[in-house]
Amino acid sequence: MSRKLLNISIPVISVLLGLLAGAVIMLVSGYDPIQGYSAMLSGIFGDEYYLGETVRQITPYILAGLAVAFAFRTGLFNIGVEGQLIVGWIAAVWVGTEFDFPKVIHLPLAVLAGAAAGAFWAFIPGLLKAKYRVHEVIVTIMLNYTALHVTNYLIVNVLSDKQDKTENIAETASLRSVLFENLTDLSRMHWGIIIALICAIFMWFILEKTTTGFELKAVGFNQHASEYAGMSVKRNIILSMVISGAFAGLAGAMEGLGTFGYAAIKGGFTGVGFDGIAVALLGGNAAIGVVLAAALFGGLKNGALNMPLEAGVPNEIVDIVIALIIFFVASSYFIRWIISRLSKKGAK
Amino acid sequence: MDLYHILQIIVPSMIALAAPLIFTALGGVFSERAGVVNIGLEGLMVIGAFVSIVFNLTFDEQLGAWTPWISILAAMLMSMIFSLFHAVASITFRADQTVSGVAINLLAVGLSLFLVKKIYDKGQTDIIKETFDKIDIPVLSDIPVLGKIFFSNGYYISYIAILLSVAVWYVVYKTPFGLRLRSVGEHPMAADTMGINVYRMRYLGVMLSGALGGIGGAVHALTVTLDFSHSTINGQGFMAIAAMIFGKWHPLGAMGAGLFFGLAQSLSIVGASLPFFKDIPAVYLLIAPYILTIIALTGFIGRADAPRASGQPYIKGKR
Repeated sequence: MSRKLLNISIPVISVLLGLLAGAVIMLVSGYDPIQGYSAMLSGIFGDEYYLGETVRQITPYILAGLAVAFAFRTGLFNIGVEGQLIVGWIAAVWVGTEFDFPKVIHLPLAVLAGAAAGAFWAFIPGLLKAKYRVHEVIVTIMLNYTALHVTNYLIVNVLSDKQDKTENIAETASLRSVLFENLTDLSRMHWGIIIALICAIFMWFILEKTTTGFELKAVGFNQHASEYAGMSVKRNIILSMVISGAFAGLAGAMEGLGTFGYAAIKGGFTGVGFDGIAVALLGGNAAIGVVLAAALFGGLKNGALNMPLEAGVPNEIVDIVIALIIFFVASSYFIRWIISRLSKKGAK
Repeated sequence: MDLYHILQIIVPSMIALAAPLIFTALGGVFSERAGVVNIGLEGLMVIGAFVSIVFNLTFDEQLGAWTPWISILAAMLMSMIFSLFHAVASITFRADQTVSGVAINLLAVGLSLFLVKKIYDKGQTDIIKETFDKIDIPVLSDIPVLGKIFFSNGYYISYIAILLSVAVWYVVYKTPFGLRLRSVGEHPMAADTMGINVYRMRYLGVMLSGALGGIGGAVHALTVTLDFSHSTINGQGFMAIAAMIFGKWHPLGAMGAGLFFGLAQSLSIVGASLPFFKDIPAVYLLIAPYILTIIALTGFIGRADAPRASGQPYIKGKR
C-alpha cells in the first residue's frame, strides 16, 4: 500500500472504529445504536437550523485545531489552547463592551484583541521553552487553570459589577449575521466561519509557501540541523507558539463575539481546546485536514445534542467516541501493523 | 480569633484537601519514574471518584460503616484496569504519551457521565450516606498544642496518604524494584541489557499510577464533594501533576507539595472567614499552585528535571 494511501486510511479507519465502538457501547448499555446514530445525523443535517448550529460548532473547532496543528509542525505540543481560548474570549468581549466605534473599526479591533490575548498567553510557554528549556506541555496545562481562575475573577470584579457574566457586546462588535440567521432558521451561525476558513488558508500559506514556514517546519523536524543551518531555534519556537496562541485566541473571540455575545464565569473548561487536539491529530496537522476533522467533530458534537431528545441516548456517547478515535489515531502503529500484515498475506 | 484557633481550622482542612493530591501525585511518581508521562491522572481520578460514589450508593445498606473503605478499594481496582488503556496505547502501540493521556481524560469524563445518566437517569448522583467520620487520632491528639492542630478533626485516610508517601519513598529508593523502575525511566536500553523487562516495569508503573489515581479520586469524592457530577474532579488531577513536578518527581517532595497546594486550596475556601486572609482575593490562592510550578520548572528555586526517558516509547533493538 502506498504511503499516501496509508496516511489517509489511518484516520478513516480510526473514525470507523470509533463509531463502531460507540455502537457497541450503546448496544451493551441497552440503547438502540441505529436509532441513536440516526438521531445524531438528523441533529447534524436534519433541517436548516441544525445545519446552521453545526457550522457554528465547527467554527471554533477549526481554529482550535489549527492552533494545535500549527505548534505541532514546529515540534511543540500546545495543550494550552483551552487557556488561550478563554483569555481570547474575555479580551474580545472586553473590547466589545467597553468601546464605542463604528463597526468597520470595532469588529476587527475586538477580533484582533482576542487573537492578541491568546498570542500573549502562548508567548509565555514559548519564551520559557526557548529560554529555560521548560517543557511546554506542563507550562501550558498550568496556564490553562491560571486563565480559568483569572478570567473568572476579572469577569466578576472588573468587567461587571459583581455579576457572574458581562454585559452583552455592542452591536458594532458582533459577528452575528442576519443573512446566515435567515438562511438557517434563526440558528446562531455567524460570520466567524469565514474567519476560520481564512485562517486555515493563512496557515497553509505560511507553512507551505514562505521562508518563515520552512524554518518553523525545519525546527520541528530537527532542532540541531536547523541551528547548524543558521536558523534561530529560539525565535522559531516563540513565533510558533505565538501564532498558535493567536489561532486559539480567535477561537475564543468567535465564541465571545459570535455565539454568545458575552463572557460568563466558568466552573470548568469549554472543552473546545482539548477537542482541538483531537481535530489536529485526526487532520494530520495540515490545514485542509484540520478543516475536515473539525467538520466531523463539530458535526458529531452538535448532532449529539439531539440524541437524548430523539433516541434517549446520553449525549456523552459522542465524547466517548471522540476519545476512542484519538486512541486509535495515536496508536496508528497498531493499525499500520495490521494493514502491513494483511497486505503481505494478500501478496502471497 | 487568635492564631492558635486559626491554625486549628486551617491545618485539618489543608490535610484533608491535600490527601487526594498526595495519593494521585504518588501515582504520577510511579508512572513517570518508569518513563511514561501520565497526563491522564485527571481522568483516572474521575474514574476513581465515579466508581467510589456509585459503589457507595449501591452497597451502603449491606456494608454499613465499612462502605467508604471498600468503595476506595473498588475505585482503586477499576482505575487500575482503566489505566491499561494508557499503558497499552503508550507502551505497546507506541502512541504519543501526552496524546494518549488526553484521550484518557476525555474518555473518563465521557464514560462516567454516560453511565451516571444510564444508571440514575440524571446528570449527577445523590449525596452518599456512608461517609468517613472525622476523628481525633488517639494518643497523638493529646500532645499539647500540636495535637490539637495536626491530629484532631481529621480523616484516617488523610493520614494514610502521608504515611504512604514514606512507604513509596522506601519502595522507589531502597528496594530492587524501585531501582529497576527508575532505571527504566532513565535509560531503558541500559536496563534492558541488564535483563530488566522494560515493558513489564512500565506497565507496572502505569498500573500503580492508575491504582493510586483511583484512590485519590475516590478520597476526593468521599471526603469533599460527597456526590459525582461533571465537576467533581475539576483540575485536581492536573494539580497532582503539578505537585509531582513541584516535588521534583520525589515521593516525599510530592507529599510536601501536595500539602502546600492543599493549604492554598483550603485558604481559598475558609480564608474568607479569617482575619488577614479575607483581604487577599481568592484568585491569588487559586492560581498559586500553578504559578509556583511554572516558577519551579524555570529553575529559580532549584532545577526540577524529569526522568530522562520519560515521554519516549521504548522500541527494542532501536539505538
